[in-house]
Amino acid sequence: MLRHSLHRLLLAIPVLFGVLLIGFLLMQVVPTDAAQVRAGPSATPDVVEAIRRDLGLDQPLYVQFGRYLWRLAQGDLGVSIINNVPVSQELGATIGPTLELMAASLIWAIPLGIAMGTFAAYWRGSIADRIIMAFSVAGVSVPVFFLGLLLIWFVGFQWQLLPFTGRAGPVWSWDGFQAIILPAVTLGGVFVGPVARMTRTAVLDVLSADHVRTARAKGLTERLVVLRHALRNALIPVVTLIGLQIGFLLGGAVVTETVFSWPGVGRLAVGAILSSDLPMAQGTIIVLSAGFILVNLLVDVLYAGLDPRMRAA
Amino acid sequence: MQAPLLAIDGLRTVFRTSSGEVAAVDGVSLAVPRGRTLGIVGESGCGKSMLSLSVMRLVPRPGRVAAGSVRLEGRDLLTLSPAEMRSVRGGQVAMIFQEPMTSLNPVHTIGDQIIEAMQAHEAGGRDLRDRAIEALRRVRIPAPERRLDEYPHQLSGGMRQRVMIAMALACRPKLLIADEPTTALDVTVQAQILDLLRELQAETGMSIILITHDLGVVAEMADEVAVMYAGRVVEQATARALFEDPQHPYTLGLLGSIPRLDEERDRLLAIEGAVPPPFALPPGCRFAPRCPFSITECTAAMPPLRELAEGHGAACIRAPVEQAVAA
Repeated sequence: MLRHSLHRLLLAIPVLFGVLLIGFLLMQVVPTDAAQVRAGPSATPDVVEAIRRDLGLDQPLYVQFGRYLWRLAQGDLGVSIINNVPVSQELGATIGPTLELMAASLIWAIPLGIAMGTFAAYWRGSIADRIIMAFSVAGVSVPVFFLGLLLIWFVGFQWQLLPFTGRAGPVWSWDGFQAIILPAVTLGGVFVGPVARMTRTAVLDVLSADHVRTARAKGLTERLVVLRHALRNALIPVVTLIGLQIGFLLGGAVVTETVFSWPGVGRLAVGAILSSDLPMAQGTIIVLSAGFILVNLLVDVLYAGLDPRMRAA
Repeated sequence: MQAPLLAIDGLRTVFRTSSGEVAAVDGVSLAVPRGRTLGIVGESGCGKSMLSLSVMRLVPRPGRVAAGSVRLEGRDLLTLSPAEMRSVRGGQVAMIFQEPMTSLNPVHTIGDQIIEAMQAHEAGGRDLRDRAIEALRRVRIPAPERRLDEYPHQLSGGMRQRVMIAMALACRPKLLIADEPTTALDVTVQAQILDLLRELQAETGMSIILITHDLGVVAEMADEVAVMYAGRVVEQATARALFEDPQHPYTLGLLGSIPRLDEERDRLLAIEGAVPPPFALPPGCRFAPRCPFSITECTAAMPPLRELAEGHGAACIRAPVEQAVAA
């Protein structure tokens, strides 16, 4: 199992390299001259050229990429073009709120989705099943920003029930807790549907397996049959699929943070891209993709934990 | 004669399909004597597995038992509440299946799965682990203390079937239903498992319903035999009578397709055609279209099971077949 995890960790290195390379190249394609942005609109061509040399932007691409990697290896993500603050400092300040929002969304969305999916699978074809599936299709189809705007308009603005702009302190404080409810409902809301659907499919699959028949033939209660034999086995594919969907959730986080002015990495990324702050944008891309790789790594380890057949392999 | 342990009477199990209800088991009556083995033989699709699942009330949806009774020591299992039925399953009637590879849950240890079966039928005990080891030892699994913490994928097919048997017998059932228990195993392992079942039967005095398509297995194991065809019992007799003096043309056909060492034959006999599916049954006797002895009267009405000798019945208007052959 330890070997399995180490193996996965090693495999993550080329993936991360690929992400860095693509992120770097994308920034070259953007029709923005970093030196010009840095120098400001009124700078003379001489000044712009001086800044270009200063930033190393006159060098060939591979030299720039090499230097970029070298700085990165030392933990230097560069400095914001816009306000001269180190990128790492900005990221450090925003990563907490993003993690907080993700956790607050997943903590209710995954259990609810799994419970709904299991229930729907067990009562397949019933009215409850159809309602759950309709809800889940709706959840898949509604864009994150739209759900966010609906909640802001009704719950936040019309009914004045909950705050909807920004973060108001740590989650465990009353204000902080209230402030995170709407963003977490929005981001989690679009995740419940896919989780419910995946769980339903996986549980249905396991329910017709021979070993479930054995469990019933032993005289186990339906509760044990469903929880210990159907759901427990179905979690193996469900966990994998949830891991893959986390990428989708990261995209959702960018939108949710923007809609709710949540001071996280997603909003930072949008702001950086809109203001052509290339080092900052690159930094946020690294953090978001590293998060994605990390989650998949975690899923791999979890997968091995759930399936004893994987432990030996 | 002692009352049978299990008496199935007029059992009918139907499936709802788009073209109406079809009966997978159609009016089957059988009795399982105490401490003895009833073999149920038939080709695949004849309803023998559905019969056993009906006894356990585990018929998969959209199937259901539509009529009949299944009396275990006089108590009709079909009228029990779900909770009462649960205590029968695994407690008084246990079942093992054809595929030991898939019949155990791959994510739980052998020990947990055996202990779970015991916990389902009695309040928890402290010595459950010891009793699980004992259960494994009873089915002759070497080093049971170590095996207990292993997962199914670490065991061979024969070992897994032994685990299934250990699990089934953990609560000392009165009746064991073995649905093709050796079909998926290779021949030497098959013999070991059959020996084991016989030994365990002698030890515990349980009755066995052995479902198989293999007449060799029946000859070796069964005291009584019921031959099923297209959802019905077509012949019923003691094993000896069935092999020495088969009466139904279908049984004759089955016996004709077993290779024998003491006879030289170029080709094995086979019954032409296939079992008709339950939604396309022929009129009258269901075997008539494949029967070498059939006459026009055979398609007129379904022949009832007729007693031809003490404890030997056949559902054929042309039986005894010697006469049919002579005619």
